[in-house]
Parts: sequence; C-alpha cells; structure tokens
Amino acid sequence: MLNVSGLKDGIVLDHIQAGMSTKIFNYLGLEKLDCQVAMIRNARSSKMGRKDIIKIEGGLDMVDLDVLGYLDHNITINIIKDEKIVEKRCLKLPKRLTNVLKCKNPRCITTDDKGLPHIFFLANEETQTYRCLYCEETASK
Amino acid sequence: MNNLRHLISPLDLSLKEIDKILSLAATIKENPKSYSKKCEGLKLATLFYEPSTRTRLSFETAMLNLGGSIIGFSDAANSSVSKGETVSDTMRIINCFADICAIRHNKEGAALVAASKATIPVINAGDGGHQHPTQTLTDLNTIRSLKGRLSGLKIGFCGDLKFGRTVHSLIHALVRYPDNEFVLISPDELRVPAYIRDDVLIHSGVKFTEVQRLEDSLSDLDILYMTRVQKERFFNEEEYIRLKDRYILDKEKMKLAGPEMLILHPLPRVNEIATEVDDDPRAVYFKQVEYGVYARMALILFLLGKEDTSC
Ligand SMILES: [Zn+2]
Repeated sequence: MLNVSGLKDGIVLDHIQAGMSTKIFNYLGLEKLDCQVAMIRNARSSKMGRKDIIKIEGGLDMVDLDVLGYLDHNITINIIKDEKIVEKRCLKLPKRLTNVLKCKNPRCITTDDKGLPHIFFLANEETQTYRCLYCEETASK
Repeated sequence: MNNLRHLISPLDLSLKEIDKILSLAATIKENPKSYSKKCEGLKLATLFYEPSTRTRLSFETAMLNLGGSIIGFSDAANSSVSKGETVSDTMRIINCFADICAIRHNKEGAALVAASKATIPVINAGDGGHQHPTQTLTDLNTIRSLKGRLSGLKIGFCGDLKFGRTVHSLIHALVRYPDNEFVLISPDELRVPAYIRDDVLIHSGVKFTEVQRLEDSLSDLDILYMTRVQKERFFNEEEYIRLKDRYILDKEKMKLAGPEMLILHPLPRVNEIATEVDDDPRAVYFKQVEYGVYARMALILFLLGKEDTSC
C-alpha cells in the first residue's frame, strides 16, 4: 500500500520507473511550484522491484497530464483528499504535444519561423512514435 | 468559401477524390476548349521561395488554360515579400490578393503553416524534402492514363529514395490501391527513410523488396520510376559525387525491360537516363509533363469548387 502520509490534499505520481523522477520533475516544471513537492527515489515495489514516487500538494491542475503521458504512460496518478486515496487515474499516450518537444530537423519550417509552436502528433501508438506536425521528423525522447 | 480545402499531402485527398480529379483531368485533355473560361476573373498566386521553373510554369499554364490570371514570385531572394517575413504573414497578405495559391519552400512543413493562416485554398508545390502532392497527382494521372489503372502494378523506384520526396509521396498514394507491389532500388545510403518503410509500406502490408541492382529488377516491372540524386539535399559534397552516377538507364539496360514497362521521371533529369532512351516508346517522362498540366487544371477546379459546374 502506498504511503501517503504527510500529504493532506494533493496528487501522488506512482510507479515511476526508478531513476526517472528527476527527468519528470524537470519536464513538468515542478521547480516553479510554491507548494510542497516530495521526490522518493528507489522505493520498493512488488510490481517493479524499485520505483520512484513524486508527491505534490494541490490539485490535478498542477501537472500537465499530456506531458506525463508522453514521458511514461505507466505512471499511476493517485488523487489524495484528507490523506486518503480517493481516485486512481491511468495515463494515456497523448494524441498531440504542443511545445513539449522541439523539432531537431534542420530542414523543418520551425527553424525559420521561431514563433511557430512545436507540435508533435502520435503517429504510431504501438511503437509510441511521435512526429513533428510540420516535417514528420521522429521525436527522440 | 464554406468548405475550404487545401492540398498539403497526397493523403489529404480520398481515393474517391483522386479518382474525381483524375477523371476530370482526362475529360479536360479530351476537350480543353470547354474549360478555357472556367476560372475567368480568378487569380492563382505562385509563391516560390525556392526556384523551380518547371513546377511553377506547370501551375501557371494550368491557370492560364482555365482562363484565370497569375501573380506571385519565383525566387525568395528577389522578392520583397519574403525579406524576413514569415510564411504565416505572407499568407495573410496573399489571402487579400488571390483566389488560390501554390507555395514552394525549401523548409519542410511550410505549406502546412501557410494553410493554417489561409482563407483561400493552398496547394503544396513542394516543401523541402518532404511532400510534393501535385507531382504525385501528375504521376498518378500519367500511370492511370497510360496503363488504364492504378492497382495491380509492379512499380520500381530507382535512385535517391531517401531524399526523393516525389518517391515518398507516390508510395504513400499507391499503397492505397489494391495489389500493387514495390521494388525499391537504391544504394544503401539512399534507402527509403524509416517513416516510409515502417509506417507506410510495412504498416499497409504491401509487398515490397529493397535491392541495389537495377538490372535484376527490370524484367517484370510495369513502371520504372527513375529519380535523380539531388545535390541540394546533401550536406556533404563528397558523398553526392560518390552516389550521383550510381544508376544510369541506357539502351542496353532497356533491353532487359518488358515491352510494356513505362519509364517515369519527375524531371529535371541529369544523367540517370541516357538521352538515347528518349525515343524509346516506353519513355514517357516528357508526356508526364503534359499530364501534369491537366492534373493541376483539374486540381485547381476541384479546390475552387468548380469541378461540377457545366460549361
Ligand atoms: Zn519538424
């Protein structure tokens, strides 16, 4: 059972692949938050052996679920109210990512027009391949 | 316009729509006169940030044949409209001038960006090494007109299959028809990119083989699509020089091909097809240019919603 002590209302990102929490922390921009954020690394897990966990005080609007889904859609989100898990959510691979990844193709129009949003779409769900909307270049994680 | 349509990728058109456009192209070819006033009073803007005289002239001829007029520029370097101006902004201006536009740009995705700001139909006339859907329509029109079908064909693609956008677009289009088979002939360095191999060929389940020798494949092809190795797609001159003369189709090799095999080429040709082949009745790459004009005429009518109006 996941220990949520110390968190009254908030969310817990569980089943993060061990060692990935720092990357997720950065991608989600958690350093910009004023609220409590706790990172637990290498927690024991019966399913995964070892896992990372991130606890965030506040509502679900604190994190971009699309970004999280892209980074690792096996992460579970637990929503905590009054120190209890009231809801568990699974993530889906987002269909579209806007300004999360940058296109690295030097021939892409985004290199000419800096004002364009960098948009990637899910091209293949099986292989989890994302491609640039403009040039179709594959995104590298 | 209530149903604004663009042509950015060949996949923007359904098979039904392609069939409609190609049928119209055939009708126009039969009776060009009755279409000569269809676009009277309408303007096509040709926005060519990257020069391509042949494609631009084909578009302009198509519009003039329909009785319309043309505006535009043929080279970014000489046009005031492009001095540091983004494609989005240029498009917003062209919206006020023209009724339809064709855009060519060296950067991939430029036409999509233009379309996102357009209030008139946008045709992608080539965006870098990416898509070139009107070349595809041209190729399909040529094959359909001369072979009578777009299915059950064995098509060989030869040359630069990595950067050759006409190849990518045509493969995209042809996998949608039943029973086509592909033979991809290229040096190892210029094989089709992964997104064509995995997401298009493998994904659609078509039969295809990748080979290096042209001679071995010629005997049972219905279509041989030759391409040139384009210097501008290489960052490294040495590699270009090493690869450019890898495949040269000449009279000798044509002896290996069947009597019905058609040779297509998006042009311009450099030296991958020897001029001695030009008089061979199987060489249809100059006819292809004519089919291209009819295809573009039909496309312009289609995008302007004028394909059904009787004359
Ligand atoms: Zn891109």
